[in-house]
Amino acid sequence: MNKDSLAIDCKQLFKTYPGKPPVEAVRGVDLQVHSGECFGVLGPNGAGKTTTIEILEGLLPPTSGSVRVLDMDWSTQEVDIRQHIGVSLQETKLSDRLTVAETTALFRSFYRDGLAPEEALELVALTDKSKAWIKTLSGGQKQRLAVALAIVGDPDLLFLDEPTTGLDPSSRRQLWDIIRSFRQRNKTVMITTHYMEEAERLCDRVAIFDQGQVIALGTPRELIASLGAEHVVEFTLPADLPAQERQSLNESLNDLPALEQVEVAGDSVHVTAADSHSALRQLFGLLEQRQVDISSLTTRHASLEDVFVHLTGRYLSDDLAG
Amino acid sequence: MARLREFYRQPEAIFWVYFFPILLVVALGVAFRNKPVERFTVDVQLAPRSSEIVAALGADSRVQVQAYDLAACQQRLRTGKSDLYVVPGADLHSVEYVLDPTRPGSVVAKNLADQRIQEAAGRIDPVQVTIQQYNEPGSRYIDFLVPGLLGMGLMGGGLWGVGFAVVDMRIRKLLKRFLATPMKKSHFLMGAMASRLVFMVPEIILLVVFSWLFFDVRVYGSWFALFILVLLGAVEFSGIGLLVASRARTLESVSGLMNLVMLPMWTLSGVFFSYDRFPEVVQPVIRLLPLTPLIDALRKVMLEGATLGMLGPELLIMSAWTAVCFGLALKIFRWTD
Repeated sequence: MNKDSLAIDCKQLFKTYPGKPPVEAVRGVDLQVHSGECFGVLGPNGAGKTTTIEILEGLLPPTSGSVRVLDMDWSTQEVDIRQHIGVSLQETKLSDRLTVAETTALFRSFYRDGLAPEEALELVALTDKSKAWIKTLSGGQKQRLAVALAIVGDPDLLFLDEPTTGLDPSSRRQLWDIIRSFRQRNKTVMITTHYMEEAERLCDRVAIFDQGQVIALGTPRELIASLGAEHVVEFTLPADLPAQERQSLNESLNDLPALEQVEVAGDSVHVTAADSHSALRQLFGLLEQRQVDISSLTTRHASLEDVFVHLTGRYLSDDLAG
Repeated sequence: MARLREFYRQPEAIFWVYFFPILLVVALGVAFRNKPVERFTVDVQLAPRSSEIVAALGADSRVQVQAYDLAACQQRLRTGKSDLYVVPGADLHSVEYVLDPTRPGSVVAKNLADQRIQEAAGRIDPVQVTIQQYNEPGSRYIDFLVPGLLGMGLMGGGLWGVGFAVVDMRIRKLLKRFLATPMKKSHFLMGAMASRLVFMVPEIILLVVFSWLFFDVRVYGSWFALFILVLLGAVEFSGIGLLVASRARTLESVSGLMNLVMLPMWTLSGVFFSYDRFPEVVQPVIRLLPLTPLIDALRKVMLEGATLGMLGPELLIMSAWTAVCFGLALKIFRWTD
């Protein structure tokens, strides 16, 4: 496959679910994913990630817009596309009473060419579980099996919809390794997630989704750099601080030269800075002068999460909790 | 197709599938069994001539006879231990029967006892009567019932088996996952039907063998014809099951639809009694239902020894249902949830 060709090319994608009122799940998405790239689709629940990926997978018809996958068209070359893509859906409950090997062999039988089932299981480190019933697998093992089923047809393009949601950190890391090794075979991966850290570690480029639109697109490094400040300082104001004092403190914070951006949500303050050292020095000076006692102070490198906060004024985790 | 059959190979709770029809055969077979000859208990009040009457009645093997005093006779009649009691008269030419005419056993016992006592007194019947018992295998109710139950089993097995499995897979988004592969849709649907056959054929064999062993229900036609009919019936009803399940999103809605499909056929298609009992005008409609030709054909093969060549219309109707249901299901099938 040509290195410069587009694995996915979609333009002005819209999807409206009929209802009262109609739900506009996707509102004008343009995406170009290059061959050999790992592309992350990031965003909170309900941002339109799954709807978008299911349209690209040919499982949902778009309301309008054009989609080309591997330089083919869903309306005319559906079977060809399906031979060359691998899909892992967000939640699929496989048959509990089939073994891992049987299930893999079953999915392999759908494809003209592909890996040997044992090879696919080896790639996801499930070889020793191949005779186990699916209902005996842990959550992480089930997700790895889902990935095995997606790659058993040796696809050029792999779609993974939230493959690590609900997994513990070590299972998550194991799955990342699997995805990385798949990419080494010069394959394209499109992955949706609401873990910013996952996108940062795994993806070449990331599209951040919010409310059915792409609000940012680029490499994780570019996106973080776009904040203009790579350090984040967060702290909590005392709850009994009078509103007037709070107001003037906010203004003074915005005036500090070392601080790039100041976001206040209730008692918690989120500040970005290019240089954490001088930012902290100025911050403590101001707090000392105002005699304000802060708590839970943290400083860290900026992440995609901060990009999201910066763009939307909301935390990803708020949406997760809801 | 074979690979999808493998997919279905789940040791599900097959208990009901296999044992329910057999339980039904046992229950109905016992209820409608040919009863042994009935016996009656007749008491005779102790009197000078009672022993002659006891001897007269005792000559009949169907009568259990014993002499008691008056109080005991009354007590035994009242509590249902005896069917009637006889009070001997002063001579052999008068006798009194005490009985409750609302008890059927009492009336029959009185007729029997009267016959014996009259004969003992010298009556000679002017007409000689012999009775031939008619109880040929093949003509009993159980013989009529078993083909009906086979048909019912095929209907239930096909509809529930295919319908539930498909809707369950739709709920688990497994259908959607399959849709995301290059799998041929018609292969999947055929696989769903084929896997059902694997379950249903043994079920039917079990039922036939069981009713043959325990109720002596015989197959007068060829086993091959029976096998073909069972196969066609299973395919027909799994096709209908597929159609019923082709849109449903929940197990509740699919089971409602299935009852809607099955209930009319349970009553109309002649499972338990012949559909000849329904009015003339509705009979052409009944004959076109999916279950009727199957049961009719099964009865013709099992009871009348018909060959497949004689079952043209039945086979035609069943094949038509199969083709229409499968085609329609393929067209309107909902893969995503």
